[in-house]
Amino acid sequence: MTEMVETAAIRATPDALKARLRRRYAAERRFRALGLGAVLLSLSFLGVLLVTIVSNGITAFVQTQIRLEVAFDPAVMGLGADRSADALRSADYGGLVKAAIQSRFPDVESRAELRQLTKLISVQGGGEQLQAAVLADPGLIGSTRALWLIASPDVDMVMKGHVGRDKGAEGARLNDTQLGWLETLEQTGDVALTFNTLLFTRGDSREPELAGLWGAVVGSLYSLSITLLICFPIGVASAVYLEEFAPKNRLTDLIEVNINNLAAVPSVVFGLLGLAIFLNTFGLPRSAPLVGGLVLALISLPTIIIAGRAALKAVPPSIREAALGLGASRLQVTADHVLPLAMPGVLTGTILGMAHALGETAPLLMIGMVAFIVDIPGSPLDPAAVLPVQVYLWADSPERAFVERTSAAIMVLLAFLALMNLAAILLRKKFERRW
Amino acid sequence: MSLVILTAVLLLLASIGYHVGRSRALAVVGGNPRLLHSLPSYHGYYVALWCGLPALLLVGAWLAFEPTVVRTLVVTTLAESLGGTTSPEQLSLLYNEVRNVASNGHTSASPAVAAAAEHYLHIRGVLFAAVVVLALSAAIAGLGLARRAITAALRTRNRVERVMDALLVAASTVAIFTTIGIVLSLLFESIRFFSAVSLGEFLFGLSWSPQMAIRADQVGSSGAFGAVPLFAGTLLVSAIALLVAVPLGLFSAIYMAEYAAPRFRSVVKPLLEVLAGIPTVVYGFFAALTVAPFLRDLGASLGLTVASESALAAGLVMGIMIIPFVSSLSDDIITAVPQSLREGAFGLGATKSETIIKVVLPAALPGIVGGVLLAASRAIGETMIVVMAAGLSANLTANPLQAVTTVTVQIVTLLVGDQEFDSPKTLAAFALGLVLFCITLVLNVIALHIVRKYREEYD
Repeated sequence: MTEMVETAAIRATPDALKARLRRRYAAERRFRALGLGAVLLSLSFLGVLLVTIVSNGITAFVQTQIRLEVAFDPAVMGLGADRSADALRSADYGGLVKAAIQSRFPDVESRAELRQLTKLISVQGGGEQLQAAVLADPGLIGSTRALWLIASPDVDMVMKGHVGRDKGAEGARLNDTQLGWLETLEQTGDVALTFNTLLFTRGDSREPELAGLWGAVVGSLYSLSITLLICFPIGVASAVYLEEFAPKNRLTDLIEVNINNLAAVPSVVFGLLGLAIFLNTFGLPRSAPLVGGLVLALISLPTIIIAGRAALKAVPPSIREAALGLGASRLQVTADHVLPLAMPGVLTGTILGMAHALGETAPLLMIGMVAFIVDIPGSPLDPAAVLPVQVYLWADSPERAFVERTSAAIMVLLAFLALMNLAAILLRKKFERRW
Repeated sequence: MSLVILTAVLLLLASIGYHVGRSRALAVVGGNPRLLHSLPSYHGYYVALWCGLPALLLVGAWLAFEPTVVRTLVVTTLAESLGGTTSPEQLSLLYNEVRNVASNGHTSASPAVAAAAEHYLHIRGVLFAAVVVLALSAAIAGLGLARRAITAALRTRNRVERVMDALLVAASTVAIFTTIGIVLSLLFESIRFFSAVSLGEFLFGLSWSPQMAIRADQVGSSGAFGAVPLFAGTLLVSAIALLVAVPLGLFSAIYMAEYAAPRFRSVVKPLLEVLAGIPTVVYGFFAALTVAPFLRDLGASLGLTVASESALAAGLVMGIMIIPFVSSLSDDIITAVPQSLREGAFGLGATKSETIIKVVLPAALPGIVGGVLLAASRAIGETMIVVMAAGLSANLTANPLQAVTTVTVQIVTLLVGDQEFDSPKTLAAFALGLVLFCITLVLNVIALHIVRKYREEYD
């Protein structure tokens, strides 16, 4: 009633009508702007997130190296007459590295200054490089070669501009003398940024300049293979049964409710399940990709079943009826006609489930996959880290150099996820069929 | 490794069985498949199943029961050799030591343990040899018997299909067994926890400090297990997350469903979904590295003290993460509201926003509430963001600028690194897990119920 009265009043005064219309249109514009603002704000979060990660991590793909004249002096290396591979392997290469940088700056003499000088270079990393060189060619011993050796993380951070060169710059760990030496090296062109191969070939390390992702990548591959091996057959079989064979009864209802609920259970609870059942009851090894794969399989199973059922449902009944009419049994109808037609959808769902499993972290912490593991795992039973757990571990390390590595690890993880999602999209595009 | 080889050999035998069965069936009818009841390949599958299935089931049973059997045998002899005075707890500790000695080749101080380790390896070796022999003979016997049973009239298709049916049912019950496994493992350990700490203290106690003293005579050796600060912290972080996600998600959904041009929508919708696909550990790193310092500096410039691990930072980032849950669920529901309702409102002279607020949203409300509840259960169960950004101190506070801890953070910190399973400290994690499981389950059930019950039927 009131609105009718208002309308009458407005009709009487056109100015009021116009004012009211203007207000309503303004409200309309405001509302629309709010919606657009929400979308843009959400997208800008995504943008900020990605820009932060990339700007922090992109520099981790290169590494500072310093060129030094290395004199392979058997006396410095602690080598006797024995030149067997074992003796060569256990020689003192760290001493060689220290001697090399000291010979570059012969003026430096005091003990304290010498110690500061060796902080420019990664003694362990350079030592490993020299060890590899000598093992490959024992003839190097006694000669002098100019070699590029890995710089220390402090130098690395300065070279990449993450830490300023001014006195008292945030996070500065090099003093003026050390920066002076670094400048001398730069002037002669003996400092360079090269592609960081160690990041892709090594396992974890306490030394940021030596820490690599390969161990975690292999661990993730093992875990995901186990997950796929378990999840795919069981998921497809469940989806086929529920969609094609199951009679409508209590049991089927129970299974369906169960699957929907499992999809919403927090993943950390699955970790507790893995800990209590796989580790404590069955006594499987801690930190092993096998257990990780099993837990991840249970987590992604509901996703795969739900996706599989949707794909099976999309196959039109006429296909089934035609096959049945030709005398095929129900199993033959499903195995020979329905399932092959639904396969692209099932595979898409599986890939997305796997992508989700690849990013899962919390349940893996529960089953002990947070250990510090240097070796590259050789089988699914060896202790291993996986990519997201490696991110978590590195994120906990206080060094500035690890921030960069963490971001790089995230970039690698996101690249894998993007590849998997791209594969799923292409698969859907190529094989999608509208009936 | 030897298990992998055994399985591979069994699978190889089964595939040989397939070819044997197929050619046998064809040989029986002199190469004329029309005389067979079933297609030759079904005869092949029939033999393969007889060959592979019993043997693989045997291996499965061995896998499931081997640890228990070995344990019982070893512990019995160990107890005898120690004179029968050791308690069950000591025996289980000793058994772990035996296993370590046996698997890593450590030398043990105690001769009894060393002997038990040898005994352990011996039993395992014998058991494995027995399983290999039994499985291989079962496979070969199955192959031979099934091959002999093949006749032209044998209804292999029906039999194979019955087995396949059973396998399909078995596969679909895995989901049920997973749920049962979750409930049982949580309940079992929680009951052990509640025998040490009363349920009332756990649910209503106001102080949480699960650190147990190492020596029994130390002060405060019992620890405090009042979980209210954890519940409050979880609630605070989730509430902040929802405060971020619900308005942003809902307005995004409205814009995408009602205003956006199809091209804008087709680009932006997948981009928004990317937010849901980013692993939570990445959000955790983002929260700890970027958002928390930003908030701290912002707070400092405003004269507020913001903890470096604040509930606000964790909640904010978690909110960003669940935006797509709210937006895509609401989007679906808003699009499902029939066009006729909108047209009716337009016809009465309503502007688009008036239509949306007065007509579309009320019709879509139950679905939206359901979506928000699902997002809330996601926020409560979220772990990595809070582990990395919310901190460990159990403050009972409603101030979002302080550090709080949540149920999931405590589950992780209680269990990571600690391997003993008898202290209330580790068992508390299972009790917290049970609470978490129940809360998310109830939220999901309510959400689905609301969606189903209050859904408007337009057809």
